[in-house]
Amino acid sequence: MVLTTRQRSRLSKGIQLGILVLSVILLVLLVNWPLVIESFFRFGAVGGMFPEIILVGLKNTLLYTVTSFAFGLVLGTMLALMKTSSFGPYRWIATVYIEFFRGLPVLLVLLAMGFGLPIAFGTTWPQWVNVMVALGLSSAAYMAETLRAGLQAVPKGQMEAARSLGMPQWRAMVTIVIPQAFRIVLPPLTNEFILLTKDTSLAFVLGMTMSQYELTTFGRNGMTEYPAGMTPLMVAGAIYLVITLPMSLLARWFEKRTNQTSRPKRRRSDGAATAAASSLAGPASPSATAARGTTDLTKGTQA
Amino acid sequence: MSRSAATIQSTAGVSITGLHKSYGSNEVLKGIDLAVAPGEVVCLVGPSGSGKSTLLRCINLLETPNAGTIEVGGHAATDPDVDVDKMRRSVGMVFQQFNLFPHLSVLKNCTVSQMQVLKRSRSEAEAIARKHLRSVGLAELETRFPGELSGGQQQRVAIARSLSMDPTLMLFDEPTSALDPETVGDVLAIMRRLAQEGMTMVVVTHEMGFAREVADRVVFMDGGVVVEQGPAEEVIGNPQQPRTQDFLRRVLDPNHVAAQED
Repeated sequence: MVLTTRQRSRLSKGIQLGILVLSVILLVLLVNWPLVIESFFRFGAVGGMFPEIILVGLKNTLLYTVTSFAFGLVLGTMLALMKTSSFGPYRWIATVYIEFFRGLPVLLVLLAMGFGLPIAFGTTWPQWVNVMVALGLSSAAYMAETLRAGLQAVPKGQMEAARSLGMPQWRAMVTIVIPQAFRIVLPPLTNEFILLTKDTSLAFVLGMTMSQYELTTFGRNGMTEYPAGMTPLMVAGAIYLVITLPMSLLARWFEKRTNQTSRPKRRRSDGAATAAASSLAGPASPSATAARGTTDLTKGTQA
Repeated sequence: MSRSAATIQSTAGVSITGLHKSYGSNEVLKGIDLAVAPGEVVCLVGPSGSGKSTLLRCINLLETPNAGTIEVGGHAATDPDVDVDKMRRSVGMVFQQFNLFPHLSVLKNCTVSQMQVLKRSRSEAEAIARKHLRSVGLAELETRFPGELSGGQQQRVAIARSLSMDPTLMLFDEPTSALDPETVGDVLAIMRRLAQEGMTMVVVTHEMGFAREVADRVVFMDGGVVVEQGPAEEVIGNPQQPRTQDFLRRVLDPNHVAAQED
């Protein structure tokens, strides 16, 4: 049978619609909806979770996320600079660190640090410090790769122009290269922040007191406290989305804004520099930041 | 040009002896000797890969020479104990790709290094930047960002940015090669005026018309050596070396070569 382009396009759309409709029908028929609603959506019975889940749970989740992100960002920046250093041992240390912590499960690092830090330093810090160090150590490894790729994605001519104007290396880095790299790495760093937000749910393994509970612990405990099945988990989940969705939107808005004002436009006469700039605009866009973001960005800049 | 003679406070000469530069086993400069007098305009011409851009980039040490010495304004730039940043302050560099800072406005592009390197106050730096932006005809664009400008406008801002540092020597690395043809003239006009004001200039260019008109001396390079040099009229108008003759024939009249080959 020979099909025209129009017929083929219609057939393709018809098949896709058919699969969708079939899936929905199967879901509707096979799932025990009354029981699901009974177990997951009995919001009337969990009113007692408020306001503690906000005042304590959300507060602690944010505290763990922000502190470990800050710690990871500082350490990650140092590692990124070490990795691009002209001094060999710094490069090796950074490489070993990144490969080491990138290869370990966060849960394992959290357990090791949570129980290991008090032994190592002979003091008992507040629990959030242990969480900050553990999650920060892990995320620094990912952020270092992202930041390094971002620094290297700034065209070499920028550093050359700054040095030609008499700026010392560090000054050119701070004034010219890092601000541009920051715009490039913002989407993958947002991604890292969202991943960290979710990773804080692992903090329960360290054994928490009431005032240290974060959102997931509230959700878990709520399951036994309230006759509402798994509804408390849904409540905790909704609050995670309240944190993460605005982050994504904010990053998208910021990216759009910087694209409009201060990125070099494509011009046919501006060969090498624009080609370099646009090749990194691609990988740095949100669509490419799936799955830890870093590998995509690295590949993009090498290409 | 009495109007703007004051813009150039002093000029410096360049003295290069025995300059060698290799990338791995690829020797790009094979012993260059070149002296540029204060106030002189020298155009470096030659086929691509001849080492002329590398030579220019060696002068402000964007490339580190393997051997040889470079003196700028009587100070040895290649001395390992020299303060490279201090030397570069007085050497302006204009790039083929402009290399404006895309995250800073046109005015900030021209003031950032004045304030951070020369420690000028904001008001002083802005006054100097505006003076030079006016002189390149772009005063009204000072709040724009580089991405909003045409290539020719960007290159004129880049020149104003360099001049804001009060350089005693200006290096131009194929400043018009990335431009649309209709904007080349504006950039060349600014360079011509700068030459008339007495600025020492070393220009890598393919613009033979400009070299002929503006250059005090044309230096033809090929294969990492200086093949021929002299007054523009002689080197371009009456080249002595076969390699120079061949190059100029191709550059000045591509059809001529095609006709010969037919």
